[in-house]
Amino acid sequence: MSGKTLFDKIWDDHVVRSEGNTSLLYIDRHLVHEVTSPQAFEGLRMAGRTPLHPEATFAVPDHNVPTTGLEHGITDPVSRIQVETLDSNCDQFGITEFAMGDPRQGVVHVMAPEQGITLPGMTIVCGDSHTATHGAMGALAFGIGTSEVEHVLATQCLIQAKGKNMRVVVDGALGAGVYAKDIVLAIIGVIGTAGGTGYVIEFAGSAIMGLSMEGRMTVCNMAIEAGARAGMIAVDDKTIDYVKGRPYAPSGDLWPLAVAHWQTLHSDEDAVFDQEIHLNAADILPQVTWGTSPEMVTHINGQVPDPADEQDATRSTSIKHALDYMGLTAGTPMHEVAVDRVFIGSCTNGRIEDLRVAAAVAKGRKVADTVSAMVVPGSGLVKTQAEAEGLDKIFVEAGFEWRDPGCSMCLAMNADHLEPGERCAATSNRNFEGRQGKGGRTHLVSPAMAAAAAVTGHFTDVRELL
Amino acid sequence: MEPLNQISGIVTPLDRANIDTDAIIPKQFLKSIRRTGFGPFLFDEWRYLDQGQPEMDCTGRPLNTDFVLNQPRYAGSNILLTQDNFGCGSSREHAPWALLDFGFRVILAKSFADIFYNNCFKNGILPVVLPAKTIDDLMAQVIASEGYTLSVDLPGQTITTPAGDTIPFEVDPHRKECLLGGLDDIALTLAHRDDISAYETRRKSATPWLFATP
Ligand code: SF4
Repeated sequence: MSGKTLFDKIWDDHVVRSEGNTSLLYIDRHLVHEVTSPQAFEGLRMAGRTPLHPEATFAVPDHNVPTTGLEHGITDPVSRIQVETLDSNCDQFGITEFAMGDPRQGVVHVMAPEQGITLPGMTIVCGDSHTATHGAMGALAFGIGTSEVEHVLATQCLIQAKGKNMRVVVDGALGAGVYAKDIVLAIIGVIGTAGGTGYVIEFAGSAIMGLSMEGRMTVCNMAIEAGARAGMIAVDDKTIDYVKGRPYAPSGDLWPLAVAHWQTLHSDEDAVFDQEIHLNAADILPQVTWGTSPEMVTHINGQVPDPADEQDATRSTSIKHALDYMGLTAGTPMHEVAVDRVFIGSCTNGRIEDLRVAAAVAKGRKVADTVSAMVVPGSGLVKTQAEAEGLDKIFVEAGFEWRDPGCSMCLAMNADHLEPGERCAATSNRNFEGRQGKGGRTHLVSPAMAAAAAVTGHFTDVRELL
Repeated sequence: MEPLNQISGIVTPLDRANIDTDAIIPKQFLKSIRRTGFGPFLFDEWRYLDQGQPEMDCTGRPLNTDFVLNQPRYAGSNILLTQDNFGCGSSREHAPWALLDFGFRVILAKSFADIFYNNCFKNGILPVVLPAKTIDDLMAQVIASEGYTLSVDLPGQTITTPAGDTIPFEVDPHRKECLLGGLDDIALTLAHRDDISAYETRRKSATPWLFATP
């Protein structure tokens, strides 16, 4: 019998019972935000049920939270009701919430690892597709719908069919100016937005293990953009060092027990994957998307593709659609594309390391006159840390707006959004039509590339600015 | 959840791949704390020429007449026919809620994104994966003939075309049973409460740190 993959190990550890292809899977941690939970709590009330383990669920408002003028509260009444509904549901059902105004509040996928709520070996779910982020800790983490949120609240379990195993191996050394975001965009460019459907992806190889925990989170965050519900990375010393001492991490006598278990959380050498993909880190250049799906990506020396060059009819039509929407002409070099806005933040790239990299590019430079740029820290703690390091001053001096934490212009549910036709270099994860505002045009890039676009006014090879 | 057994009706062709849940229901409508009322905002940015806002009255809004849902020949449709990777992106269950509220009970596609696929079953919508060739043939037939209908038989797992051809499809037995009976998953899981408690007892001794509260 062959060995087990990391996914197999965590899955097997959490099966309560099985019937045919479906298993009842135990869920260790449940994260909740204001957008996908109100109907779940309402469902509980209507059925006269209560959460089985309220202490296993943690809540935070993030999507609707304003990133400026917090002292005025939320001015949009519909957004306000949604956040207040989360507050009252958490009160009623005894769930820990990091509410607005709490210094720990932030995007759920930034806050939970910071607090040690996310631990290796856990099953973690949230009504949010970017839950895959937490797989960076060596956990099995995936997004669920609102009915499943209600199911987890009531039963601490989910009915699941096991996915298949895929391994994406990135070996070698990354060039200067190339980051985790570039790795994951390059991977999506290779496997496509549906390439991972039905799979759990384990990211491996020396380039992945060489990343910091923040970088690993960036990579796992975007597993869903390759169609995979979960992305994960083996536990190593970096993982354990990251977890140590966090508020909700085990301590005392439990710490060595936990560490001993965590050290087993890697795929066995003889484990078999249903699919395996290899990339060479040295071949990866700074990436920029040009279309309306994350797979529509090229590198900074590339150009806008021509639909006429695509043989497959459906693909050719979607390229044509995308270029129409994006207002781009086939053959244009990416570095000639000018931007109006720059957004640095989100659960993909709103962590301290991301802000440090962007600040290094911004330092001593000025945001171009034609660009308006903002930096939105992923959480209150990231913001505090960045201010302690003086990063806020660097950004403000360069002409960036320095905002309060939240999802912000990643999906524009709060007041931050693009106007029709505006073009944005964004460090978030989705360039879908209308994602940042109706008619808005999003290009996904790393924080360094976003800062480079801000100071030059167009996409620029950040390696020239380092 | 309303049970689903047999259903026939007009088919709407949405001939585009990778339709994401942001397109199915844009984010501003996610501020609602209800499960219903999303139908008028389904595909809002493709369907209307103006900017949609939550709770607005859609009756007088300017329509994009090129968009299929605005074409009279597809009025009253309850079956949606589309391409690869339907429902990708955000996990928002508002997407199936909007499709259901609009009237769709069956979606035929070359493939679906995982979370969306799951979410459909929880809401009484049957998502059916069919081979690429079958979808392409159906797409051509639907576009060519006004009033094109299909009959879907969940117990028999077949789809019948107007010409009388039958197309078989696969569905997970557990999900089929839940759809047929309109069953509540949570009640089914709570019936295994003893198994859950036994699991917790086992895990508390094997991995006690997971259960310790700081
Ligand atoms: S930052 Fe963006 S992707 Fe992340 S949770 Fe918020 S809205 Fe979703």
